[in-house]
Amino acid sequence: MSGDLVIETKGLRKIFISKERGGKKEVEAVKSIDLTVRKGEIFGFLGPNGAGKSTTQKMLSTLLRPTGGEAKVLGYDLAKQQEQIRQNVGCVSQAGGADLSSTGIENLVLQAQLYGVDTLIAKKSAAEFAERFQMNSFIARAASAYSGGQKRRLDIALGMIHHPQLLLLDEPTTGLDPQSRAYLWGEIKKLKTEGVTIFLTTQYMDEADKLCDTIAIIDNGKIIVTGTPEELKSSVGGDTIVFSFASEETAHKAETLLTEKIQAERIQTKDNSVHLTIKDGERLMPELLRSLDAKNLEAQTVTLSRPSLDDVFLKYTGRSLREDIIK
Amino acid sequence: MKILNDTKLMFIRNMQHTLRSPVFVFVSMFQPLMYLLLFMPLLNGLGSVPGLPSGKAVDVFIPGLLVLQALFGTAFVGFALIDDIRTGVIERFLVSPVNRSAILLGRVLRDALVLVIQCVLITLVAIPFGLSVNAGGFLLSLLLYALIGITMASISYGFALIYKIEDALAPTLNTITLPVSLLSGIILPLALAPIWLQDLAKINPFSYAVNATRALFAGNFQNIGIIEGFVVIGVLAVLVFLWGLRSLKKMAS
Repeated sequence: MSGDLVIETKGLRKIFISKERGGKKEVEAVKSIDLTVRKGEIFGFLGPNGAGKSTTQKMLSTLLRPTGGEAKVLGYDLAKQQEQIRQNVGCVSQAGGADLSSTGIENLVLQAQLYGVDTLIAKKSAAEFAERFQMNSFIARAASAYSGGQKRRLDIALGMIHHPQLLLLDEPTTGLDPQSRAYLWGEIKKLKTEGVTIFLTTQYMDEADKLCDTIAIIDNGKIIVTGTPEELKSSVGGDTIVFSFASEETAHKAETLLTEKIQAERIQTKDNSVHLTIKDGERLMPELLRSLDAKNLEAQTVTLSRPSLDDVFLKYTGRSLREDIIK
Repeated sequence: MKILNDTKLMFIRNMQHTLRSPVFVFVSMFQPLMYLLLFMPLLNGLGSVPGLPSGKAVDVFIPGLLVLQALFGTAFVGFALIDDIRTGVIERFLVSPVNRSAILLGRVLRDALVLVIQCVLITLVAIPFGLSVNAGGFLLSLLLYALIGITMASISYGFALIYKIEDALAPTLNTITLPVSLLSGIILPLALAPIWLQDLAKINPFSYAVNATRALFAGNFQNIGIIEGFVVIGVLAVLVFLWGLRSLKKMAS
């Protein structure tokens, strides 16, 4: 294993045995997963509910024993060195795990102590984390009284209190209001700048897109495609730019001009608008507008749409991720 | 040592939970107190019935009543564990390096301590009713009650970890506690029972505990029943604790 790999799995599998009427049934929740997560990156594990994201994460945190395959976490063998993995990995499950009848401070102090920190230092770091996650106004109250966003902050602080090198976050923003989401995204990015590697599962395209350096899309227990958000999106095709003009005649003139000017993947005029598919649309757009202006072909509106990760999901699975979420 | 330190942390955590609503320590003493006030007077009237152990009714009844408290007072601790499973607290403990035995030990030791406090209080209440008790025997009895508490709590936690839902837990625990307490000769001595019932009671470990604590309260330290009680309940406590621990470890896979 090379030095900068924080997680490395080969053929990681998990089969659950479920008891049903008429006997036992095997459910293969995770089917042979190969992953590499590099030091210092935010790695996004994107997929619909039931895709195997949480199961994979639970195997990596030593909570679930894999049925097959092998994995190294922080260089430690998942099958043999669970103690070392537990000591050095931080983990925030979907449920969170804060003790609701205790106060935030009590939760944080105990959590630090569980990782072997003695009481005085545990209290000190609990206070630091309360400050850092802006929890001072509510940290002395029982966690049962917290809002969703406040509780999530406590959950993440609990996962971080022993300063792990790797943080596993299972759907950190599910069910949160937009402000809390934005706040947490900021905190997650900050952790990255501090050198923490983050493995994050999510069912939200925008979250994966905004936060992650690398994304693996998982569906039905298998990784379908892996890459940076940009790579994945450009694998779908270029950006789409739509110029609309005062008349159809102007639009046709514009089409002719644009066809001469650039190598578009696709260009066509519909009514008063020119639709153009092209790589790097964002960068090219100002230049195109200037050329149109120079010929007095004044565009009335311009829209640029980039391929989304949803398009990526659609391309590789034939389904829309949103459909799955609604179901 | 790690296991000791972790057990201490878990014990304190669970004790904090108990102390947050200490009133329930008293509420769960309500049942034995009702027996003391509303049932024991009946036994006084039975004093001359053949088959009753010798001695005042109260001296015979209280040690058994405390076994009853040990059984029922700790049988339902599993419900709080289900809550901890549901909110992800147990999962959080399991992904930390904390010793697995400590997670359960911290709970059963808290339960045993709460029980011992309750037993002391009930005994104090019984003194005005004429209870006479050997001090040394009483202290040893407390140890035996604690062992019964650890046993019942471990059973409760074991099933909580297997079921993970409340609906299944309550009937299971009732199914265990009721026959076990009826077959202990707590309310009426088993000497009154037909032979088949007496034989059945012999395979009930808790009937040994009742015999042992009755001898201890009376100060009959030569009574072989005392050793029997400690051995039977001690072995049982260890076995069910290990079973509970297995359920905890299995929860992960």
